[in-house]
Amino acid sequence: MSATALQQGNSIKARISRDALVIRLGIVALVGFLFVAVALPLWSLLSKSFQNGKGEFIGLANYVQYFSTPTLFHSIFNSLWVAVITTVIVIPLAFLYAYALTRTKMPGKGLFYAVALLPLFAPSLLSAISLIYLFGNQGILKSWLFGGSIYGPIGIVIAQIFYCFPQALIILVAALALADARLYEVADALGTTKPRIFRTVTLPGAKFGLINACFVVFTLVVTDFGIAKVIGGQFNVLATDAYKQVVGQQNFSMGAVVGMILLIPAAIAFTIDRLVQRRQVALLSARAVPLEPKTNPLRDAALIGYVMLIGGLITIVLGTAVWASFITYWPYNLTLSLKNYNFAELDPGAWSPYFNSLKLAILTGIIGTAIVFTGAYLVEKTKLAPAGRAIAHLLAMLPMAVPGLVIGLGYVFFVNAPWNPLNIFYGTLTVLVVNCLAHFYTVAHITALTALKQIDPEFESVSASLKVPIWRTYTRVTVPICLPAVIDIAIYLFVNALTTVSSVIFLYGAQTKVASIAIVHMDEAGFTAGAAAMATMIVLTALSAKLLHVLLDKLVLTRLQAWRRR
Amino acid sequence: MTCPRRERGQKKIMSTTVKVTGKSNGASGAPFLRIRNLTKRFGAFTALNDVSLDVMKGEFVCFLGPSGCGKTTLLRAIAGLDPQDEGTIEIAGRDVSRLPPAARDFGIVFQSYALFPNLSVAANVGYGLVNRRKGRSEINARVRELLTLVGLADQETKYPVQLSGGQQQRVALARALATAPGLLLLDEPLSALDARVRLRLRDEIKSLQRRLGVTTIMVTHDQEEALSMADRIVVMNAGLIDQVGTPSDIYRKPESAFVADFVGSMTFFDAEVAGPSQVRLGGIDLSCSDAGGFIKGSAVRIGLRPEEVKVRNIDAATANAIDTRVATLDFLGPFCRAQLHPSGAPGVTILADFSANLMRDLKVEQGQQLTVALPPEALRIFARGAPR
Repeated sequence: MSATALQQGNSIKARISRDALVIRLGIVALVGFLFVAVALPLWSLLSKSFQNGKGEFIGLANYVQYFSTPTLFHSIFNSLWVAVITTVIVIPLAFLYAYALTRTKMPGKGLFYAVALLPLFAPSLLSAISLIYLFGNQGILKSWLFGGSIYGPIGIVIAQIFYCFPQALIILVAALALADARLYEVADALGTTKPRIFRTVTLPGAKFGLINACFVVFTLVVTDFGIAKVIGGQFNVLATDAYKQVVGQQNFSMGAVVGMILLIPAAIAFTIDRLVQRRQVALLSARAVPLEPKTNPLRDAALIGYVMLIGGLITIVLGTAVWASFITYWPYNLTLSLKNYNFAELDPGAWSPYFNSLKLAILTGIIGTAIVFTGAYLVEKTKLAPAGRAIAHLLAMLPMAVPGLVIGLGYVFFVNAPWNPLNIFYGTLTVLVVNCLAHFYTVAHITALTALKQIDPEFESVSASLKVPIWRTYTRVTVPICLPAVIDIAIYLFVNALTTVSSVIFLYGAQTKVASIAIVHMDEAGFTAGAAAMATMIVLTALSAKLLHVLLDKLVLTRLQAWRRR
Repeated sequence: MTCPRRERGQKKIMSTTVKVTGKSNGASGAPFLRIRNLTKRFGAFTALNDVSLDVMKGEFVCFLGPSGCGKTTLLRAIAGLDPQDEGTIEIAGRDVSRLPPAARDFGIVFQSYALFPNLSVAANVGYGLVNRRKGRSEINARVRELLTLVGLADQETKYPVQLSGGQQQRVALARALATAPGLLLLDEPLSALDARVRLRLRDEIKSLQRRLGVTTIMVTHDQEEALSMADRIVVMNAGLIDQVGTPSDIYRKPESAFVADFVGSMTFFDAEVAGPSQVRLGGIDLSCSDAGGFIKGSAVRIGLRPEEVKVRNIDAATANAIDTRVATLDFLGPFCRAQLHPSGAPGVTILADFSANLMRDLKVEQGQQLTVALPPEALRIFARGAPR
C-alpha cells in the first residue's frame, strides 16, 4: 500500500533519455544566446539612461535634462511628423500598385513587382544620395524645387517614400492576393455598384494588411538613421540625435535616453499592430474560391500607366546613384570612369569595408540561419521545458519592436561595460554578426516557424517509436523538407546584414568597418561619389545573391525536391 | 475539445479494474499491457481519470468514444508521447511508466500517416532499421518482406506523394511493424480515407494482425470499425472507461445508456419500475427480463434497439404487444426506419427498423395502425438522467 501511495504522490516524469538531454541542452543554449544577444543589451541601454557619465544611478535626471533642452525634444515631433507624412503618402501609392499587380490582367506583373522591390537591396541612404545628385546643391534638377532645399524634411520624406515603398508593397500584395471570388460574385449578383464593392468587400479584406503596412512604414521612418543622416541637413530627428550624442559628444547617457525615446513609438506601433492582428480571423476558409482577375481594358490601361510611372521613378532614383558613381566629376564632367571606385583615395580603409561587409553578411547568413532554424525547431517541435521554449520565443519576437539603432546602442553599452567579460569582443566581427542576427532575428524566426508548422506534427513521435534519435530526423527529414525556407532565411539575413547602417554604426572597430559605415563617412567627408560607388557595390552584391538564389531555386532545388512532384 | 460531463447518478465503473473475460485466442496468465490508475490533466481539464485496464498478448483492442473522451490521450500515454500525471503502465511485465518513448517497445500509425515526404517508400519503411546496426542487405530484405506483406512490393522507389491515401497508410503500417514491436498502436488510422478504401483496409489490418499475432490497440470514434475489427472494445467517455467487452457484449448488453447510445442506435423512453420484472410506460405495463436491480417505483430509462421491434407472428400470447400508429417512414435503402406512436402512451416515440422484405409482405404505410411487440429480453433498463 505504501508503495502505491508513494507512487501516486510523485508525479510521473519520463526518465531523462538521450533525446531529452539533447533537447534540454539545446533549449538552454538557445535561451542563453538570446538572453545575451537581445535581453542584456536592451537592459544595458535601459539602465544606462538612468546613470550619469560615471555610471552612478541618478534616477530620471537624464530624462529631465532631455525634456528641458528644446533642441533635443523637438526631434521627437520632427521624427513623428516626418513618419506620419511618409506613411500617409506611401500607403495609398503602394496600395494602388499592389492592386494593379493582384487584381488586373495587366502584362509584366513579375517585372513590375521586381522593380518595386529593388530598394530592398540597397542601404536606405542610397535613395537619399540619389536625391542629392538630382536636387542637391550640385543637382541637375535643382531648379525644379523653385529655390527650396532638398536638405531637410522634404528630402527625408521623398527618400523615405522610396525606401519604404517595397516594404508596404509586400504586405499589401499579400493582403490583396488572397480573396474569395464568391464574395465578389454574390455582391455582383445583388447588383452592387463597383465603388460599393470596393468599399464593402475589397477594403475589409485588405484591412489587416493595410493596418500592418501603416505601422511597418511608420516604424521604419521613425527609426531609420541613414536617410536623415545624409539628406537631413539641419533638420534633427531622433535617430541622428542618438548618433550625435554618442559619436559626436561621447555623451552615452543622453544617447541612451534618446534610444529609449526612440524605442517608445516603435514599441507602441508594434504592440497596437499585434493587438489588431490578433483579432484577425481567417477570412479565407479552406473552401474559398480564389479570385481570378477579369480583364477590364480601361482600368488595366490606367493602372499600367500608373505602375510604369512609379516603377520608372524607382528605377530613376536608384539608377541615378549608380550612374553618378561612374561619373568623373558631377555635374561638370559627365564622362564615365571608375575613379570613384578607387576607394583607397577616399577612405582610409580602401576596399576593406566592402570585404568586411561581405564577411559579415556571409557569416550572419550561415551562422544565423543555423541558429534561427534550429531554435525555431526547438520552440515549435519539442515538448520539453515549456517555460524555456516560451521565453525563447518571446526573446525571438522582441527584436521586431526594437529599432536597429536602439539595439546597436544597447550593444555599445553592454559590450563596453567593464564588468562584462565579453568586452574583449568589442569592435570585432563577432559582435557585428551577433548584433545583425539579433536585429533581424524576428522575421527569420517567423519564417522558420511558418515552414515548421506545415510539417506533420507526428514526425518526432514516429521517430521516437522507431528509436531513431531526434537529431537524425531533424537533419534527414525536417531540414531537407524546409530547405526552401532555410535558404530564404539565409538570403534575408545576408541582404540585411549587407545593407544595414543603423545597427552597426556604433559597433565597428578599426579593422571591422563595414561598407555601409564607409558610405556614411565618405558622405560626411564630402565624397558623395565615393559613397555612391560603395552603395552601388552593396546593391550589386545583394542583387547577385538574390539572382543566385533564383537560379539555385530553378536548377538545384527542383532536382533535390523531386519528392514534391506527383 | 470539451467532454460532455457525465451526469450524476450513473454507475461509476471505472475506478475498479476491469476484469478480463477469458478470451478464446489463447491468452492466459499475466496481461501483456497492464495499466493502473492512470490520470492525466491538461490544466483544469481531466483527460484521463484513474483509468485501469489489462490487455492480453495478441489481442486486438479498440478504444472507442466520442472526440475528447480521452481515448487518444490514453494511447499517447501508453506510447510515452504525453506521459501521464499519475499511475503506472507495464508492458510485458516491465514497468515503463517513466521511460521515454524510445525505450518502450511499440510501433505507431497516425491518422495523418506521418510519412517522411522526402524519403522513398523503402527508406520510410527502413527508417527505424538503419539505426540498429544492421547490414544493408539485411535491411533491404526486411523492407522488401514488409512491403510484400502490405502488398506494395512494386512501389518501393516511389515517394509518398505519388501514392494514394490507402497505399500511404499501408506504408505507415509497414514502417511501424518493421522493427517487430511487441505492441502496435493505431491512432484513428482509417479516418482520413474514403469509405471504400476504409472498408478494404479494415479487413487487411485485421487479417495482418491475426497473422502476426501482434498485440494491437486502435483508437477510433467509428463504432462500426470497432465492432468489426476488435477482439475487445473499450468504450470511453469523459476520461473514464464506461465498459469493456467483446463487440457482441458491447452491442447486446450495454451497461450504460451512454454505451447503448454511442454503439448502434437506440430509442430511449422514460418509465417507472412497477415490479421485479415489470416497468410502466405511460399507461402501458411492459414485462422485462430483468429490472436491473432497481426497486419498485424507481424512475428509469428504457432503451430498445430499433431492429428488435417485432411485427410478425404476434398473437395473444406474445409478451409486450402494443398498438401503435406509424407516424413516419424513412426509406434508408435495405430497410425503413419507422417512428411508432403507441396508443396507450401519448408523447412516446419508438423507433423501429423494418426490412424491405417485411415492408413488402405487410404493406406497411404511413399513418396506419400497427401492432408490434417489444421483446422483454431486448428492453435495457438504465438509471434516469443519463445522457441521451
